[in-house]
Amino acid sequence: MSVIDQISVKVSAVRQVAPMIKEFSLEAIDAELVPFSPGAHVVVTMAGAENEPTYRNAYSLMSNPQDNSQYRIAVRLQEDSRGGSLFMHHQIAVGDQLMISPPANLFAPEWMAKKHVLFAGGVGITPFLSYLPELQQRESEFELHYMFRSKQTGAYSDELSETLDKNCNNYDADKGSRCDIAAVMAEQPLGTHFYVCGPQSLIDSVRATADEMGIPASAVHWEEFAGAKPGQPFVVELSRSGIELAVASDSSLLETLEGADIEIPNLCRAGVCGQCVCKVAEGEVEHRDSYLSEPEKQSGQVMMPCVSRAAGERLVLDI
Amino acid sequence: MRVAPKEIQSFRDDFTYSNSAEAIERFPFPFAEDEYRYSVNMEPHLPKGGEGSAYEHFLDIDEHYLSEMAEREKVLEEMPHRCLAMPHMDLACWDMIERIMVSLSEDYPDYFSLIRNGDHWSWENKLLNIKDQFTFGDSSSLPLPPLDYIGRQMQGDFALLDQREGDLFLDAGMITCPADWSLAFDAGMSFKEWHGPVPMAHGEGIFERALKYLIAIPVGKPVRRLNWTLTVNARMDTSPEKYHEWGHERTTVTPENVGGKVYLRVELQVLDRMPRSNAMMFSIRTYLLSLEDLVTNKEWAVRMHRALKTLPEPLINYKGLTRFHGTVVDYLSQFDPVN
Repeated sequence: MSVIDQISVKVSAVRQVAPMIKEFSLEAIDAELVPFSPGAHVVVTMAGAENEPTYRNAYSLMSNPQDNSQYRIAVRLQEDSRGGSLFMHHQIAVGDQLMISPPANLFAPEWMAKKHVLFAGGVGITPFLSYLPELQQRESEFELHYMFRSKQTGAYSDELSETLDKNCNNYDADKGSRCDIAAVMAEQPLGTHFYVCGPQSLIDSVRATADEMGIPASAVHWEEFAGAKPGQPFVVELSRSGIELAVASDSSLLETLEGADIEIPNLCRAGVCGQCVCKVAEGEVEHRDSYLSEPEKQSGQVMMPCVSRAAGERLVLDI
Repeated sequence: MRVAPKEIQSFRDDFTYSNSAEAIERFPFPFAEDEYRYSVNMEPHLPKGGEGSAYEHFLDIDEHYLSEMAEREKVLEEMPHRCLAMPHMDLACWDMIERIMVSLSEDYPDYFSLIRNGDHWSWENKLLNIKDQFTFGDSSSLPLPPLDYIGRQMQGDFALLDQREGDLFLDAGMITCPADWSLAFDAGMSFKEWHGPVPMAHGEGIFERALKYLIAIPVGKPVRRLNWTLTVNARMDTSPEKYHEWGHERTTVTPENVGGKVYLRVELQVLDRMPRSNAMMFSIRTYLLSLEDLVTNKEWAVRMHRALKTLPEPLINYKGLTRFHGTVVDYLSQFDPVN
């Protein structure tokens, strides 16, 4: 019965596509890869050596969605990496095996849109690479605005401007080129949908501009590629089993639970999808997700362990 | 043992529809508790019940296959708009073709075969004598629009839900055996809009929770639930479009004929994420079992009596049981030793 669990894949190619970005091609080992939808991502599990931590990061699929011979992802080496991007950059080579989740999509194009305007910042170009084949297939009207620093990022910018011609606008900040977001948004026809993937500052800027211009929030879509950020260490107690675990400052609560073989369903690991929600029995929570509603956050009864942490030294979860 | 499709029986006029002993045994009985309660009763759509069970395969083909396909042809001939697909759902329709053809050919190789050579596909449905070759993704290469083509070959109704704005929209479907709802009326509605008429559940946050759960369902992790109502006579097409033909039948139930005339109607609903389009396929597989067949299982008879007896008034009305609920409860009470 068509049920898919984790998929084991082999790295078939590694390519340096920008000074700080490596591209990995992944091929299935014992099964067929499923087709995916534009904007989909997978969670990559990076099992370290014994006694080394296991990392799990979500990466957008950037290959052609119709091509199920391989998936491609691109990983930017994060300066403040908690391990995942460092691991991918320094430890993964052709022939290595990884586990990936089935594709999930929290950033799909809105096909009813009259026009699509895509804002990419740095490695935030990746989900849009999977949009392009379908946008072209449907002959949809679109514009790509790609902002990067060529000393760090800017992968695929030459190919994109060649194949997309005037539908692609590149802005290399290291060469003094900046995107006037307000000017771009002001000249779009009614019914345009806007998509942003990139650093938080870019997302905030597009959302704020849309708000000022009276563009409905439902026409603005964004994907944060930031996962869990470090915080103060704390202790978590699981009330049903009595287990106590120490959450280190550079680990997320979800990672700590997984490290103790406690399985929590999850898709995005970034506080968006809502799958990993846990009941809180005691303790204050520092909510960092964008899934729970304000009243839910204030109730203090639930939290998203993928990104949120204890506000104090101790937290008791009802699991 | 699996039940093989049998000769065509009717779901209208003379109502020759009947269940074999095997079909009764595999009926997906929906009541898990004595007292009826509302719940988001979802579970992973994994095989359950072993060989021959209604939950053995992703899609269930049973002895009524030919009858249901013949009934569907009649409905669509008279009302072609029971099948609709908005233009932006084309890719989702192809997702659905792939999902159905792949699982049917893998699960029922005696009846269906699929040969894929890149985009060049050959499909054979031996039960309906259909044999076609087409180019995957090219709607002009099929004799009918994609949803219309595959819908006429699969038992049960299908809807394709587009996911956008954190919501689901009913933007395509083939609905010929609904439990009193209309695709033409619900087309384009959001999840909460098409559930608007459901009583009691709105205040309890059930729909908010269900929607959050549904929009996060990933590829390859289908979920199922059972829904139920009662239908007078073995009528598949209880649509609002045909209300004038079946609504009045609810006044024809008497203590003498209730066992043979009233059917427990169960929907095995499956939600499955479509990989290419990110749409959700919502399949609604309907099973009908007369009360006199149902009570041959003593446990079911007792359980059904207690569940119906405790059914809240708003639900009795919503499900359209007002006219004959009491007659059904009286009939079932004779099988419950507590009474």
